[in-house]
Amino acid sequence: MASIEIERLVRFLGRLPGLGPRSAQRVALALMKRPDTLLRPLADALTLCADRVRTCGVCGNLDAVDPCAVCRDPERDRGTICVVQEVDDLWALERSGTYRGLYHVLGGTLSALDGRGPEELRIAGLLARAEAAKAEGVALEVVLALGVTVEGQTTGHYLAERLTPFGCAVSRLAQGVPVGGEMNYLDEGTIEAALRARQRIV
Amino acid sequence: MAAPAPSAAVPIVAVPPPTAVTGLALKDFRNYGRAHIEAGPGLVVLYGPNGSGKTNLLEALSLLAPGRGLRRAALAEIDRDGGAPWRLEAVVDANGERVEVETGRDPDAERRFVRLFGEPARGQGALARTLGVVWLVPSMDRLFQEGAAARRRFLDRLALAVFPDHATTAGAYEKGLRERAVLLRTGRRDPAWLGALERRMAENAVAVAAARRELVNGLNRLLLDGFGALPRVVLTLEGEVEAMLDAMSALDAEGAIRDRWRWLRDADAVTGGSGLGVHRSDLVVADAVSGELAARCSTGRQKAMLLAVTLAEARLRQARLGDLPILLLDEVAAHLDGERRERLCATLVDLGAQAWLTGTDPELFAALHGRARFLAVEEGRLHEHD
Repeated sequence: MASIEIERLVRFLGRLPGLGPRSAQRVALALMKRPDTLLRPLADALTLCADRVRTCGVCGNLDAVDPCAVCRDPERDRGTICVVQEVDDLWALERSGTYRGLYHVLGGTLSALDGRGPEELRIAGLLARAEAAKAEGVALEVVLALGVTVEGQTTGHYLAERLTPFGCAVSRLAQGVPVGGEMNYLDEGTIEAALRARQRIV
Repeated sequence: MAAPAPSAAVPIVAVPPPTAVTGLALKDFRNYGRAHIEAGPGLVVLYGPNGSGKTNLLEALSLLAPGRGLRRAALAEIDRDGGAPWRLEAVVDANGERVEVETGRDPDAERRFVRLFGEPARGQGALARTLGVVWLVPSMDRLFQEGAAARRRFLDRLALAVFPDHATTAGAYEKGLRERAVLLRTGRRDPAWLGALERRMAENAVAVAAARRELVNGLNRLLLDGFGALPRVVLTLEGEVEAMLDAMSALDAEGAIRDRWRWLRDADAVTGGSGLGVHRSDLVVADAVSGELAARCSTGRQKAMLLAVTLAEARLRQARLGDLPILLLDEVAAHLDGERRERLCATLVDLGAQAWLTGTDPELFAALHGRARFLAVEEGRLHEHD
């Protein structure tokens, strides 16, 4: 039988996304086998994150500074705000290296069935930013980069409507053929969306 | 050296035989512990006493298509008593190619797994592309006596065979309807939230209505020609949203639906549903010649009408997607007299699809002797009979 300490560790690990009781045991064992190269450094990294990482009061990003590094970056285009559901969506956009504007992390999508309304999301903050831009005379574009799901679409319509009074442009990411994708392998829904969003080239 | 003279009888392009399930293994499925059948591309007659497992076999075949099968059963319900999670392995000959399909209950995820050639497939969509399945089962005999919900389900299942996206759109609409009911009931009357929801629902509603209209028009074109001795049938779609599409563009219809829903909020808060939408449509089936409604026809005639619709569905799928689906016809002969049965058999032979028929007595299908494969089903066992 594992000691109380190890069991406690396994229990916590088992609550992490993607880990079940078995895989939690395997992770715990792997950590314990490498106390100096894995276990201790991980513990330090966890402590550091717990002590320092905060949610950015402006955009909802995670960083050791508040406002976050993205919001502080003077090189960034203050006239564009990209709205994403979660921080990992922000990371995905940053990986592409092509977006140079600011972000707003909603923290999820509207879902009446899950009891998640506008108050549960970071929507008031987004509206405040739009209002501030209007007051400062900044021409703002809000880019909706939400999941193409039922909830994502409803949330998109909702934000479009709430942002209308501030006179900012609202756009959403294109839907269609992925880069490097073969037509042959696309599902019917994607082909339909791609056809609807076709662009004239001549 | 002279080239050999080409033989005039050999066709240059071989027409692939219609899609057929040529092998099926059942494991812990209903009353089958382990069973295996092989079949050719033509007609298969399964006969045996009541409760022997004929319909279970058809259900297994129906689960080679996406969805919950012809009984709409919960996954765990299908497990054999005291058996492991159910599992099916099938060989499907589709467009001249051989596809190995596996499906069954995934005990970890409480959903259906699908594998093609042993490789996990993403979702059940891969099944839809491999094989079409249409069925007619005795529980559908009540279709014309039941409420409109059963007929909408029937219609949407037909639509699924031709528009693979229909289920997703219809599901999104239903979910929107539930979300809206929650918002209205809990008094969370955020107008922007409701407006956003209604806007998305209106898009879904118009897409569902448009697909149903196209389906009904396509079926009517095929039904007009008739299927052998089966009655000529005409289908009519009754629904406010469907009717809007006759009078205006899809975009205008979306706007009109949203306006109506905004006004209906108070009333809908009381009922918990909505007074407007594609969840209120109905399908009316009538005899094309006499105009008599199916609901007023005899049981035998209703069955014949449903058969005509089922065959039209098979033909429509062939026209739209290029392959004939397999037909599962459970106890179809029971309500037909001898002459009608013989003509039905001839119509099925003409259609050319692989069709699986069940009946308690092989003599019901006497007209098919020599033209179909006969299998005796007995308490979860199968015997060849010729």
